[in-house]
Amino acid sequence: MTIRTFSIGGIHPAENKLTNDAVTKVASLPKQAIFPLSQHIGAPAKPVVQKGDKVKVGTLIAEAGGFVSAPIHSSVSGTVYKIDTAIDATGYRKPVIIINVEGDEWEESIDRSDVLETVENHPELTSEKIIEMIKTAGVTGMGGAGFPTFIKLMPPPTAKAECVIINAVECEPYITADYRLMMEKADEILVGLELLMIAAKVTKGYIGIETNKPAAIKLLTQKVNQKFNVQSSKYDVEVVPLKQRYPQGGEKQLVDAVIHRQVPAPPAIPVNVGAIVQNVGTSYAVYEAVMKHKPLVERYTTVTGKRLRNPGNYLVRMGTPMKDLIDTCGGMPDGENKLLAGGPMMGKALTSIEVPVCKGTNSVTILSGEDARRKEPQACIRCAKCVGACPMGLEPYLLAKLSELKNWERSEREDIVSCIECGSCQFTCPAHRPLLDHIRLGKSTVMGIIRSRAAQK
Amino acid sequence: MINIILIAVMVLGAIGLIAAVILYVASKKFAVYEDPRIAQVSELLPGANCGGCGFPGCAGMADALVKGADKGNIDNMFCPVGGTDIMGKVADLLGLAIANSEPMVAVVRCHGTCEHRAHVVDYAGLRTCTAMHACGAGETACGYGCLGCGDCVAACQFGAIKINPETGIPEVDEKKCTSCSACVKACPRGIIELRKKGPKGRRVFVSCVNKDKGAVSMKACKVSCIGCGKCEKECPFGAITVRDQLSYIDFNKCRLCRKCVTVCPTHAITTVNFPAPKPQTENLVKSETNTEKEDQV
Repeated sequence: MTIRTFSIGGIHPAENKLTNDAVTKVASLPKQAIFPLSQHIGAPAKPVVQKGDKVKVGTLIAEAGGFVSAPIHSSVSGTVYKIDTAIDATGYRKPVIIINVEGDEWEESIDRSDVLETVENHPELTSEKIIEMIKTAGVTGMGGAGFPTFIKLMPPPTAKAECVIINAVECEPYITADYRLMMEKADEILVGLELLMIAAKVTKGYIGIETNKPAAIKLLTQKVNQKFNVQSSKYDVEVVPLKQRYPQGGEKQLVDAVIHRQVPAPPAIPVNVGAIVQNVGTSYAVYEAVMKHKPLVERYTTVTGKRLRNPGNYLVRMGTPMKDLIDTCGGMPDGENKLLAGGPMMGKALTSIEVPVCKGTNSVTILSGEDARRKEPQACIRCAKCVGACPMGLEPYLLAKLSELKNWERSEREDIVSCIECGSCQFTCPAHRPLLDHIRLGKSTVMGIIRSRAAQK
Repeated sequence: MINIILIAVMVLGAIGLIAAVILYVASKKFAVYEDPRIAQVSELLPGANCGGCGFPGCAGMADALVKGADKGNIDNMFCPVGGTDIMGKVADLLGLAIANSEPMVAVVRCHGTCEHRAHVVDYAGLRTCTAMHACGAGETACGYGCLGCGDCVAACQFGAIKINPETGIPEVDEKKCTSCSACVKACPRGIIELRKKGPKGRRVFVSCVNKDKGAVSMKACKVSCIGCGKCEKECPFGAITVRDQLSYIDFNKCRLCRKCVTVCPTHAITTVNFPAPKPQTENLVKSETNTEKEDQV
């Protein structure tokens, strides 16, 4: 059997998975936790606490601000210091809730034991109930984009879900948080998958893992065989080893790789071809939310960088400033550094080390200035390497030029909104052209035009 | 031989005649009437096709003007390049009067130069303001101020705006600026505003658009507006309003008394084209040196 992968484009950047074998440690509590109100895609959350309020771990501090939104819970116990603005991953000051940490007291409703709860012991869990619990726990996509999870489980009436695909690809260089999670919490992840399958009313599940993680493939295959692939099980779950290729972790690429179906251009989403894709971290969060009544207050995060003294994987409370994590790992290396929330390919460059860890922060990556510096762009030599690398089958050189010339009509015709901003084009360009910079600007402009057109109708 | 020539002449003549008749009939039947005034108005307009009026080029504007004139009103149309001059001539031609609109000029509302605004991060991406704006606050800590990559310079068709290499901030050449507002649209942060040119070009405006709280904005830039409201209290004409920690001077109410300038603690209010202050009383000089000393202490 050949190893599966997605059908067009893709690149293979250097892996640099420095922290593969670093067993996850629990990060120490911050002195002050910062909770941006916009940690997810959609409307920002609305604060429900005031200055001076006492909160515990798991206390609701901000409720969902609309349908596409998610509530935020405190990850620490203490006093609300103020509701103010602070620099977040966007680089701008945004509304945040700041909490001064005092002790570590948890809400009584949260089950903090390590006992593995199984679905068999909870026959009361129906699809609606699970979705409601995921919603109130504030679970959002843990892979980076931060789309509220419950919405993905409620497909539009025109689409029908056929399977759940767990995204355990982790194709970004440097990041190992998902890998460690799989090695350490495999049983919980599988219960999470079962809950997701009940919620989506399907019986078919896949777990897509790249072949650079053989230990995880072996472990999960063994656990899946024990749990699902027995006579009594009504579920059919398959661990799918995938050939290493970036950006396999992109939803559309993963659907293509695992079930060989192509998701059409936006506004189509994977469920239009029958697949619901959830990150492996999300699966774990779902387990905790449903079985342990624990809102999304902590996550697995990799703190990494070639020059960082002690890179590692940490279980971090949301709202912990990145500075605390970097200090735990030996402090910021000397000289010029580039700090990223996420990996080097799709991570967001940060302008401050006080930015807190949020629901979607899978990694804190520190690149040396030397590695991060761009090379001087030269003229396009029409080699079409970017066209070959684009996993969406677009023509990046053309889109970049159209965007530069502000030709929005043609940009729209050339399907600029299909771009997933993976950066493969720019990575592969021998002339070091800033292709993605131009395309990203063009994409956001064209999306604005499409939105205003829709609003006019 | 002569026969052949004759036949040729006759045939060609006949074809010519038939074609002429067809063309004549077609030109009568399918004639499109164009108001001759459109061409005349077009002639008067500057022909820069900058779009500053909101119409697609000068021909579009001329068309709209003539249509407006038929309805008896062209008040909502104005050519910023030609100004009142040209609009007066156009109105004469169309037999209308226009409201005398004051000349405007583009004003850059940021003076956070390199010396006032510390460079905190390096930006390595595409060097346009729009790209930098999308990535974050830019190279300084101010998320509102000028990014200095010159999107406004690229947008100006009249060469009226240039980045001063010493300050890193664009400067508008009043003589060349036609107030077409291309730079206003190009600036991703809305820093550039069209303001009244003022008598003898004298203007008073708040040269800052930072809406952060005072302490935060001061940390980012020493000459930012901190929204203290002193200017609002001082203004005898009610021209100043402070909203979101930011002061704004309404140029229609401002009488250029400059009382606000003296009370502004961060020198965020800027004046232009006023005569240089006379070397005033010694007290002022003394007090200035005193504060300097205090600063050093």
